[in-house]
Amino acid sequence: MRYLISRRITQVGIIALYILAHVYGVKMLEGNLSSSVLFGSIPLSDPFAMMQMFFAGSIITMDVFIGALIITIFYGLLGGRMFCSWVCPMNIVTDAANLLRRKLGISAIQKRVYMSRNIRYWILGLSLVLSFLMGLTAFELVSPISILHRGLVFGMGFGFAVVLIIFFFDLLVHENGWCGYVCPLGGFYSLIGRYSLLRVEHDAEKCTECMECKVVCPEKEVLFMIGKSSEMVKMGACTNCARCIEVCEDDALNFSIRNYIK
Amino acid sequence: MSLTRREFLKSSAAASAAAAIGMSVPADLEAKAQKAQSEWRWDKAACRFCGTGCGIMMATSGEGVDRKIVAVKGDPAAPVNRGLNCIKGYFNAKIMYGADRLKKPLLRVDKDGNFDKHGKFAPVSWKRAFDEMEIHTKKALKHGGPEAVAVFASGQYTVMEGYAAQKMMKGGFRSNAIDPNARHCMASAVVGFYQTFGIDEPSGCYDDIEITDTVIAWGSNMAEMHPILWSRVTDRKLSDPDRVKVVSIQTYTHRTSDLADLEIIFTPNTDTAIWNYIAREIVYNHPESIEWEFIRKHIIFAAGPVNLGYGMRRSDDKSIKEGKYTDLEMETISKEMSKVVSKAEGPALEPFGYKEGDTMVNNGGTLGHWEISFEEYKRSLEPYTLSYTAKLCKGDPDEKLRDFKKKLKYLAQLYIEEGRKVVSFWTMGMNQHTRGTWDNTLAYNVHFLLDKQARPGSGAFSLTGQPSACGTAREVGTFTHRLPADMMVKNPKHREIVENKWKIPNGTLNGVGKQHIMQIHRDIEDGLVKFAWVNVCNPYQDTASATHWIKAAREMDNFIVTSDGYPGISAKVSDLILPSAMMYEKWGAYGNAERRTQHWRQQVIPVGDAMSDTWQWMEYAKRFTVDDLWGAYEPSGPRKTPLADVRKQAKDMGYSGDTTMFDILFNNEDARSYKLDQKDPIQKGYDNSEGYGDARNVIGSDGKVFEGYGFHVHKYLFEEYAAFGRGHGHDLAPFDVYHKVRGLKWPVVNGVETQWRFNSKYDPYAAAQTMKSGNPFAFYGTLAKALQSGTLEGKDKASKKVPLPNKAKIFARPYMDAPELPDKEYDTWLSTGRVLEHWHSGTMTMRVPELYRAVPEALCYMHPQDAKDKDLKQGGLCWIESRRGKVKARVETRGRNRPARGLVFVPWFDEKVFINKVCLDATCPMSKQTDYKKCAVKIYRA
Amino acid sequence: MTDRRKFLLSMARSVGLAGIGALVWSSVLEESVSASLLLRPPGALKEEDFLKSCIKCGLCVSACPYDTLKLAAPGDKKPMGTPFFDAREMPCYMCEDIPCVPVCPTGALDESSVSNDGILDINLAQMGVAVVDSYACIAFWGIQCDACYRACPLLDEAIVLEYGRNERTGKHAFLKPVVMPDVCTGCGMCEHACITEKASITIIPREVVMGRAGDHYVKGWDEQDQKRVANAKAEITQTEISKKSAIDSLNDDSGLFE
Repeated sequence: MRYLISRRITQVGIIALYILAHVYGVKMLEGNLSSSVLFGSIPLSDPFAMMQMFFAGSIITMDVFIGALIITIFYGLLGGRMFCSWVCPMNIVTDAANLLRRKLGISAIQKRVYMSRNIRYWILGLSLVLSFLMGLTAFELVSPISILHRGLVFGMGFGFAVVLIIFFFDLLVHENGWCGYVCPLGGFYSLIGRYSLLRVEHDAEKCTECMECKVVCPEKEVLFMIGKSSEMVKMGACTNCARCIEVCEDDALNFSIRNYIK
Repeated sequence: MSLTRREFLKSSAAASAAAAIGMSVPADLEAKAQKAQSEWRWDKAACRFCGTGCGIMMATSGEGVDRKIVAVKGDPAAPVNRGLNCIKGYFNAKIMYGADRLKKPLLRVDKDGNFDKHGKFAPVSWKRAFDEMEIHTKKALKHGGPEAVAVFASGQYTVMEGYAAQKMMKGGFRSNAIDPNARHCMASAVVGFYQTFGIDEPSGCYDDIEITDTVIAWGSNMAEMHPILWSRVTDRKLSDPDRVKVVSIQTYTHRTSDLADLEIIFTPNTDTAIWNYIAREIVYNHPESIEWEFIRKHIIFAAGPVNLGYGMRRSDDKSIKEGKYTDLEMETISKEMSKVVSKAEGPALEPFGYKEGDTMVNNGGTLGHWEISFEEYKRSLEPYTLSYTAKLCKGDPDEKLRDFKKKLKYLAQLYIEEGRKVVSFWTMGMNQHTRGTWDNTLAYNVHFLLDKQARPGSGAFSLTGQPSACGTAREVGTFTHRLPADMMVKNPKHREIVENKWKIPNGTLNGVGKQHIMQIHRDIEDGLVKFAWVNVCNPYQDTASATHWIKAAREMDNFIVTSDGYPGISAKVSDLILPSAMMYEKWGAYGNAERRTQHWRQQVIPVGDAMSDTWQWMEYAKRFTVDDLWGAYEPSGPRKTPLADVRKQAKDMGYSGDTTMFDILFNNEDARSYKLDQKDPIQKGYDNSEGYGDARNVIGSDGKVFEGYGFHVHKYLFEEYAAFGRGHGHDLAPFDVYHKVRGLKWPVVNGVETQWRFNSKYDPYAAAQTMKSGNPFAFYGTLAKALQSGTLEGKDKASKKVPLPNKAKIFARPYMDAPELPDKEYDTWLSTGRVLEHWHSGTMTMRVPELYRAVPEALCYMHPQDAKDKDLKQGGLCWIESRRGKVKARVETRGRNRPARGLVFVPWFDEKVFINKVCLDATCPMSKQTDYKKCAVKIYRA
Repeated sequence: MTDRRKFLLSMARSVGLAGIGALVWSSVLEESVSASLLLRPPGALKEEDFLKSCIKCGLCVSACPYDTLKLAAPGDKKPMGTPFFDAREMPCYMCEDIPCVPVCPTGALDESSVSNDGILDINLAQMGVAVVDSYACIAFWGIQCDACYRACPLLDEAIVLEYGRNERTGKHAFLKPVVMPDVCTGCGMCEHACITEKASITIIPREVVMGRAGDHYVKGWDEQDQKRVANAKAEITQTEISKKSAIDSLNDDSGLFE
């Protein structure tokens, strides 16, 4: 549970800091997940948003560039796709949907709809193409994630409807449908997080092949090695959510630092 | 978000509705609308707001209690406004329907329902309300006699209400402690009129605007405060832009300067010096422009004492001795007793026997004056050379002295120019002034010297702020010292006339009228007044040094009643609140600044259990009998002699000990002769809640349904009041006539109104006086028309009183400093005032959504450099702090009001920016009108 | 089917799906940005460029001390996430230090456009321009209103009063508000203050409402006006009648002798 609790604390905490800054003027972390200012001076920007801006034809300012660079370095070097499970507030929504889905046993009774995990990369690509063609930040203008985190800080409007749609999509249409298949931002972080240092490591020696980890994993493919070989989970799609670690009663899964030197 | 959703729902509802019944809906609706409009009843009325007195037409619709005002239009037949309005007038239809209208009497009670000064308000019956008022009034009478019962009256009373209140207070209670908020607005003008003409109110009329060549606005933002008149001034300017000149003489730049050919920004209080400078230019440098013929026939010269103080509290006042004033406050108040003549006022006071550095011992205000020679008058003007005046008066530190001198010269030239007609308009700038009376008389001086007064297109013209400051406060005489038609409580003959008319014993009326509105507050603080009733005003928001009066009302043993339509500050401060009918919920009449009396009928039945102030006074009068009120009283407060027991005479007149004041003053035989008559075309089809009761069946003061007095109360009150003035230069037309015309300017003689008074050609009274002499003018006012003589330094006590029939006066009056000047600590002048969007304390206009949105809060207007120097941000909050208190307001360095460095302007309509906590309650010692335009403050970041 | 064919087929299907998706998506985008009669914060780039550059972080909204600026949420019918204000609800109070602009990380709010020699000057802002509906504006009826004029932070510069005589009454004047588009910043204080039920003076984005006189004519009475036509150059003109070359039209005598 401790990872789950830590994830929720970071997710809620970051939004809380934004609200604190906007509503109460306590300016530790200002802005929102698209772009923020930390401690009144350090810029942080969404690199995917920056790419869309770039493709749309905007002149990228130093602030945004440095901000995006910091984020890219952080996740690319260190955290991998952590954004999705540790920062993104949509994760709370989809986790809830999937929890309920498991509880209600919907996956068991439902005929599986085929969806490719590559959809997100197609959408990612389309975002950039459309940004280029239309001179707009194509995904940013419709992104449900932004609707949610922006809405939480600056006012939601009808945004709750979009969030509900995603909730029900994950609950009724496809397990982990949004985060695991559709979301291009997730796709983006999968790509930049490919070579990051923080990884889950599987110890096949200890594994009893109960497969609980695969049940809870939102990106099941990344756990192809379970019970087969001791190795690190190296695929970028892993969000480092640590759910597998938490369910494993055999201590066969743990966080570890990738060692490139070896 | 909600809007979008609503829009969505609306459109889908519309879609389904359209599908269901097709096109019949709009047609049906249209027919309905047409039918509804044909049922509208249009009737004429007057605008609720300022002293301009615009005529409006009011549409009501519905039956009985459901009849409501639905629309308003300017009355195209009204001579003042010809169908136009300003934005306040535009919203007349909305002012009565604020969501928080007071609908039931509210009393402060404890948990058992007993009155508790510290309790919370709870609704009570009218009966209970009057029971409490009776108890506390009787307690007060026992404690301090008639002087302990007071009324905060109003320039927004209808004529009838004011008359009813005045009659019960002075005739019933024998108390002169009734004084209107109009004291704050034009008392200096009144005393100016009395001193100069011997009779109140302007000689000219608005028609002057279309005839004159020059409009000079002194201390008046006419563009915002009298917009309809200003549009007439504008039209006059457009009609002949080269010939017509407009001058704006102000302490800060505002909207009125927009149109001006010449703008003069002067240091606060120095306008008296500018007037004297102009007079000096005439007398010393252009003696040929003096109309000697006119002067010899119609003018005498006069002077009075100058050591009058500033109308503040005096050292022997109880509250001062009890230490209710802080040392900081006393720094200013000490000037009331004595002051050192400053460098600035030294030269001006020299002819009067004072020089710089002298200690002037102030004896308090007096209206006394004496005749002097022209040479003496001339001597008083000697100091006002261009260089002295310019140095003293230049109000913008960034303006070059040379430029300012040029402006002064040009101003004098405009006045002096032969053949140039000049109208001087002023309002609060000259009236709210610790030398306001002087300032007013100084205006007439200049016009008289040039024979440019009481002529079409020429004259000094005091504009009024309130809709019936003239009609009610002044003409009815709801001032502490006045009786109807310019009679005075001090004058035994006048008292007798009134007593006879009112059919009350001779000797009933109290001859001491000194409890003006500022004094009533002070008397409450001193513990003399124990019962006070607020009528149609908001004295706890509109009085300077407000903290003192609110404290006195809330923390001392007294009973404050407020009659109001809305919960303002005064209601909040009260112990009992009475819900009042508002303007169009009762019959009424107002009198505007050009002596025009306008009547209207009751358009709708009041909301809730609200009843008119007239009704409240009459019900209150039922609670008091001859024995209750007309016994003897020991000296009290300002009255140093006892009041006689008049009960015996009362019995001789046929009254018994338990005859109520209601029966004597209101329900008498004469009154009952004014019949209610639904065949009378004036009354037909109109409600008369006092006469008939009304469809609401309000439970009245006796616990039974109020079914009406059975006679036409309003007509009775008006006709009885009007009788005082007829034949005395104040002639009003009969009640019914006013319901057929768009107002008439009194004196109305033989059905004809008077445009220019004192001018034999236009004024029948002047014509009658000059029949033999053939003189063009007669200043026939009778007040203070016999004087002793003397010099500037003083009266020759041995001299004889000489009568001065038909003469007006030119006064020698010097410049003097304000009692509180900016210094090192409090380095900025504070001037307060109004904005076009809001009426006075905003109880009505702040409830009109459009006006609220337009100006939701009072701002602190200041010069951008001052803001910078004080580290203030445009739009940021600042504290405005004086020796008396502080308030927070937003800084505004742009926009409509643009003060020079060293002065800030804050309007007072906003109860959240309670600027009267900061203002100083210094008054003109003669008129007792508060100077809201000047005190010293410091401004710093909040 | 061979793997190769399978792959090609699935590839084609993906591309097809992506195409349909792109079509739907782009029309949604088109729709979402087309509704834009909206007011941007001071210093905003031209709408087209603004949409490219705004990262929707809300830093400008946080910086606004008046709750004027809002981020468009779903349902606002505005490009989602972008900052805007509704002048009727809450106008721009034209802070002298323009706190909303310098915080913009992307330059979508361009500091240089509201600076004069490097010093911020809010009077240079061009958020929109006020337009008066002279039919509903009660000042045009003769009512003494000018609430907009008094509310204007650039009183007598951005809104001036046009005086006119009221011939009907014979003694009153009209004081009509007239907007000076070159000075008006579009702050919306006038729209906010307007006392008619629905505002009779409205702020509209400048591109929408401002016309442009041609470059070929200079006001002879205004020496400054030449600056306006700095880009003037000779142009070949063509109308319906001059479409054909001179020779062709000379040789075309159709209809001439009928």
